[in-house]
Amino acid sequence: MNVVTHKAGAAGFLHRFEGLRERLPGGRLPWLAALRDGAAEAFRAQGFPTRRVEAWKYTDLAPVAEAGFDEPLTAVDDAMDLPPPLAGARAVFVDGRFRPDLSSLGGLPFAAASVAHGLDALEGRLGALARPAEEPMAALNTMLFEDGLLLDLPEDADGGVLELLSLATASERPAAFHPRHLVRLARGARLTLIETATAPEGARYLHNPVFEIAVAEDARLTHGRLQQEAPRAFQLSTVYARVAAGGTYDNFTLNAGGRLVRNEIHVALVGPRAACHMNGAQLLVGEQHADTTTALEHAAPSCTSRQTYNTVLMGRSRGVFQGRILVRQAAQKTDGYQMNRALLLSPEAEMDSKPQLEIYADDVKCSHGATVGELDPEQVFYLRSRGIPEGRARAMLVEAFLHEAVEGVTDEPLRRALDAAVAGWWARQEEGLAA
Amino acid sequence: MLKIEGLTAAVDGKPILKGIDLAVPAGEVHAVMGPNGSGKSTLAYVLAGREGYEVTGGSATWDGLDLLALEPEERAAAGLFLAFQYPVELPGVGNATFLRTALNAIRRARGEPELDAMQFLRLARERLRALSMPEEMLKRSVNVGFSGGEKKRNEILQMALLRPRLAVLDETDSGLDIDALRIVADGVNAMRGPDFTALVITHYQRLLDHIVPDRVHVLVGGRIVRSGGPELARELEREGYAALQAQAA
Ligand SMILES: Nc1ncnc2c1ncn2[C@@H]1O[C@H](COP(=O)(O)OP(=O)(O)O)[C@@H](O)[C@H]1O
Ligand SMILES: [Mg+2]
Repeated sequence: MNVVTHKAGAAGFLHRFEGLRERLPGGRLPWLAALRDGAAEAFRAQGFPTRRVEAWKYTDLAPVAEAGFDEPLTAVDDAMDLPPPLAGARAVFVDGRFRPDLSSLGGLPFAAASVAHGLDALEGRLGALARPAEEPMAALNTMLFEDGLLLDLPEDADGGVLELLSLATASERPAAFHPRHLVRLARGARLTLIETATAPEGARYLHNPVFEIAVAEDARLTHGRLQQEAPRAFQLSTVYARVAAGGTYDNFTLNAGGRLVRNEIHVALVGPRAACHMNGAQLLVGEQHADTTTALEHAAPSCTSRQTYNTVLMGRSRGVFQGRILVRQAAQKTDGYQMNRALLLSPEAEMDSKPQLEIYADDVKCSHGATVGELDPEQVFYLRSRGIPEGRARAMLVEAFLHEAVEGVTDEPLRRALDAAVAGWWARQEEGLAA
Repeated sequence: MLKIEGLTAAVDGKPILKGIDLAVPAGEVHAVMGPNGSGKSTLAYVLAGREGYEVTGGSATWDGLDLLALEPEERAAAGLFLAFQYPVELPGVGNATFLRTALNAIRRARGEPELDAMQFLRLARERLRALSMPEEMLKRSVNVGFSGGEKKRNEILQMALLRPRLAVLDETDSGLDIDALRIVADGVNAMRGPDFTALVITHYQRLLDHIVPDRVHVLVGGRIVRSGGPELARELEREGYAALQAQAA
């Protein structure tokens, strides 16, 4: 769209980088300085992508580029109202910075720490998976990240459930933060990581996290993401995961908050029998825009991938699903499945979806499908003919549609958190509809 | 008493019902028979209030109440129940949730207290047993993955729970084996009495051996072309609809 605006938005961030360069965490580490400089070059070259960039065809970042952000100004001793914990262990980040005072990480059978304090030991690991030259938001993150969660699970460790809570504070001018989270599971390790991102109603900010996730042989990471950002917030997140032989990476993302949101996931299945489940639900109202973009690479034989995304759209909201599956020549006996469904509850809502299969192996089973539709009048009539009032009948069918997305989640704690979030969201919408 | 007078209806602008006159006194069970495409389901949908089935003339009243002026859920609350020829699948809606929501909606409309989950389960189990249906039917999504026979029995289960005063059964017998047919017929017969009125739509006489109707009406080309006693069903079984169709054309 407007190329000039997008560049100007990028200039603000580049300017800030020039000013902060030495003072950013790890500023004196040559490898990190080089990484940040390279990312800055990439970001300078690309700016915020416009819709002419294929990967951003359906999502216009103009509102982000035009917002004008400041550094977050949270003082370390700010009192915060925290939502009740989902599990025993919780790592809390406020405006992208780790808050040990608010976190409870004692007694964990693995290392959980702040990236900012562990940078000395992260050469070769931080940046191993992220691709700033390809993904401009990862470039922005690399350039400006200050902190993140650093998780290391030793062989066969059962990490249980860990909550990652990301909060933002409300300030006069919108703030931007770019946490960089690093997760590594050694052979046979297991962890459920449930991330909640939220903020007070009036907060305006850009939350631009990048995850670099390495799942070793036979390890399993269940990664739940409950995106419940403030109504005027932006969240542009990029997840990179690499899964070795027999390992599993499960990602379930609930997109329920924010004004403009992108959930971009890159997964590479690099060892035989690796598996990936990427599921999600997008619940959109008003002027919300949510984009889920997945890129799945089958690089080894006999790997399995499953993707199911259900989107409910109300008001003038817009949903996007782009799903690319790349099956390399070596990846014989690939079993890939992708399904993306959208339910339009308002004539002004819109859904764009773009599946993309690229298959270079010959012995593969790969399927994809997409549906966009309204509630089925025959189903509504069936319920009404049983005495159920129209509003309730429609609500039951929407709930069923949402339930369908969540029902594939086998991890109990995550399932409970998702059910509660979805039910809460729907109750608020029903209230709104009734009012 | 169900009273239908001069009822005409169109689908997609095409006239299907061309003047139906039919009266079913309270407590009676009448059969409506007719060849495929004669308008039997259209009549059922018009009575239940399905969108797209446009009433172009005439009336249908139930105990003096103008059925055609009511929303589908209001008709159900007034005691009407339609057993669908093709029961609708509702993926993700649990059968138990569906049945309890429907039952409580109707109880609310009748001014009766709602049932909680435990009370409902007790009642549902009792009805399931009476219909020789496995309890596991409650756990599945409504009609999803059900066989044809299971879907029809699920309709009868709904009827047994909701206890309508006026039932329209649209080809509930089609696709049933003889055992299932008997279960369905027993389910209907168990409800017979002065407070239960029914219109049993069927293509074949077979069902009427088990549910013996008070009257039989033959619907051809959107009109009732003949009415008679139960023996009319047997006559049709012997001679087919051809003569009546030729007559109607
Ligand atoms: N939804 C519909 N759209 C178009 N035509 C319909 C529809 N429903 C019924 N019809 C037409 O109406 C006529 C009567 O159909 P129907 O009532 O289903 O007959 P029956 O139940 O007796 O077999 C048929 O000609 C059928 O093609
Ligand atoms: Mg029919």
